Amino acid sequence: MLDKSYYQKVDEIINIHGKTKAALIPIMQDIQAEYKYLAPELLTYVAKEIGVTEAKAYSVATFYENFSFEQKGKYVIKVCDGTACHVRKSSTILSKLYEELGLSKDKHTTDDMMFTVETVSCLGACGLAPALTVNDEVHPAMTPEKVSTLVKELRGEANE
Amino acid sequence: MNRINNAEELAAVRKTAKERIDSNKCRILICAGTGCLAGGSDKIYEKMCELVKADNLAEVEFGEGVAHNADGSCPVNKPETIAVKRSGCHGFCEMGPLMRIEPYNYLYIKVKPEDCEEIYKTTVLEGKPVERLLYEMDGVKYKAQEDIPFYAKQKRLVLKNCGHIDAEHIDEVLACGGYSALEKVLFEMTPEEVINTIYDSNLRGRGGGGFQTGYKWKQVARQEEKIRYVVCNGDEGDPGAFMDRSVMEGDPHKMIEGMIIAGYAVAAQEGYIYVRAEYPLAIKRLKKAIADAEECGLLGDNILGSGYSFRLHINRGAGAFVCGEGSALTASIEGERGMPRTKPPRTVEQGLFGKPTVLNNVETYANVPMIINNGADWYHGIGTESSPGTKAFAVTGSINNTGLIEVPMGTTLREIVYDIGGGIKNGKKFKAVQIGGPSGGCLIEADLDMPLDFDSLKKRGAMIGSGGLVIMDEDTCMVEVARFFMNFTQNESCGKCVPCREGTKRMLEILEDIVAGRGTMEQLDILEELGEAITNIALCGLGKSAALPVLSTLRVFRDEYVEHIQDKKCRTGTCQALRSYEIDPSLCKGCSKCARNCPVGAISGEIKSPFVIDQSKCIKCGACEGNCAFKAVKIK
Repeated sequence: MLDKSYYQKVDEIINIHGKTKAALIPIMQDIQAEYKYLAPELLTYVAKEIGVTEAKAYSVATFYENFSFEQKGKYVIKVCDGTACHVRKSSTILSKLYEELGLSKDKHTTDDMMFTVETVSCLGACGLAPALTVNDEVHPAMTPEKVSTLVKELRGEANE
Repeated sequence: MNRINNAEELAAVRKTAKERIDSNKCRILICAGTGCLAGGSDKIYEKMCELVKADNLAEVEFGEGVAHNADGSCPVNKPETIAVKRSGCHGFCEMGPLMRIEPYNYLYIKVKPEDCEEIYKTTVLEGKPVERLLYEMDGVKYKAQEDIPFYAKQKRLVLKNCGHIDAEHIDEVLACGGYSALEKVLFEMTPEEVINTIYDSNLRGRGGGGFQTGYKWKQVARQEEKIRYVVCNGDEGDPGAFMDRSVMEGDPHKMIEGMIIAGYAVAAQEGYIYVRAEYPLAIKRLKKAIADAEECGLLGDNILGSGYSFRLHINRGAGAFVCGEGSALTASIEGERGMPRTKPPRTVEQGLFGKPTVLNNVETYANVPMIINNGADWYHGIGTESSPGTKAFAVTGSINNTGLIEVPMGTTLREIVYDIGGGIKNGKKFKAVQIGGPSGGCLIEADLDMPLDFDSLKKRGAMIGSGGLVIMDEDTCMVEVARFFMNFTQNESCGKCVPCREGTKRMLEILEDIVAGRGTMEQLDILEELGEAITNIALCGLGKSAALPVLSTLRVFRDEYVEHIQDKKCRTGTCQALRSYEIDPSLCKGCSKCARNCPVGAISGEIKSPFVIDQSKCIKCGACEGNCAFKAVKIK
């Protein structure tokens, strides 16, 4: 059972967007922006509040790639694998990150809930390929060495 | 800023804003597009502000509201003002962070915060260029931005203001004529006249299809239903394309003005802009632009006192490429799964919330104001007969000048790749251009002199798409590229129709077999058969074009496919399963850089003696090769 504060926050979000069917996606986006994931209990709550069926809310949430029912790490790292990054060898960046953090294609988040690694199809930062983002901040022209430094920096920052 | 109630007040505000900009002794424009920001341009902005502020010689004006009076109005003109501004994308992303200094029009490239002091002293105070920060090509240093070959060969109309104005300040937009087309439409033209002008201009949709914009507007205007919507497709999902992002970030008002004009033309009261979630900066700038325009009375109720009202909303995408398709996009705004539906009824008849809807993309709307201002005949003077106007392209991949360009329709690929793009990176040989992203096709050397416009590309089995041009050199494996795009499309297939859901999956499996060295010649025939079937019977544009990259590479580079299958060889060394890495002991200096960069720890050795790769551990990623300064790592 989630803390009451979660539901209060969700009420605030629902009030901003209004209790309409069309508000479902913006509401889910704001909840995810707040908690970095979409707790299933909250989705059920939202569905009831705005008057759509739980099945409907679930079908929409699972359709879009951005929604996640799993908790994500403090730092969400998105590695771009768009055409330009792919041609400039983004796959080596991803393997280095997997190795540094002990993650894989099937395990996206570290056990200490510090890092989540995902791939995206294009960040639109093609001039800076290969690129990745850490919580939406773009890091350009990455190399495996720069990946190691970045992970160290983020770990250090977290420990401060 | 105060609300502007009529045309006279607008003229006065425009005049004041223009005078203020003209009174700037010097304008320092620092690129704040996604690219340059990632390169640290915000630090350069701060440093420049600090330097200018510390100096009491001149009155200073900053990009943020600093220079504005408490009531939000513009300050009285002061002599000797120095303005520091954050501009939109200049397009020359490869050379970022960029800084332009007016009135000299110097363009400084790869600027660092440490350079700011010298720039301030030499250029801002003395008016002289800092030579070492100028762009240099073939031994020539270019002082003025306009003279650099990358810019000189372009025709920037849609992107005219990108890089020249402060993207977050509406008075800069007004000073350079922003919203003058809206003014003209509201006070001098009937909706029919607006539609006819756009129709006569033959403006074609810049989102891919090339459908006539004026025809869409006409159809919406003729519907019996009186509630209508205007929707902007800013879901620029094609990997390798960022034209629309740059317009939304660099000159959002131009596109907003185009949407209001569309709204007036078809008597719509509300509009929606659908933007990819991956573009947070574009969303932020659009929100600010909408709020500013509302505050000024250029958007919202009773615009400029004309009696016409129009409201704009922003919807963020949630990570589904298929939402770039019209009916999927409107479904997504309605709060549904973003799945396309069968047509008819078309969007112009039953679009958003089942009402008649004008749906165009960002670049299309950004074309509207200048057509209204200059007329349809003027527009026909640019580009080709069947495709008038300009087109913005995002040029990426193995090319020297990665970036955003705008050229008249009908410009040849050769001009783009060699004159503007500066040729292939590292002196490699040109191989192909992938145009139109996962929906497009490949153009090869023989196509270099073909004019790029909607119709000539269609004849070649490719399409302009949204305008992504990914340049590939001799080291790019075309089979791998086809696999890459099929992987993308297969991932993004919404699953509604069988040909796309199952067909792309089967095609991907075959391509994976081929790059892994398991392919058979029969599979090539199956690929072609599947590709043609999906193209003919899939439900929406995503499915119909999904097979294009495969079919077009199969046609042009069939020998490469055959090599992968029969000789188990990838001539470019790209396909991992078909290659092995070795270190040439005569070239290896034993620096250990390869071992430090190897993601799986497959490389070992002692410092200053040759290192060795353990083939059983090697995942063939190529990190060692990329990092070796002595070219000692060889692909066998």
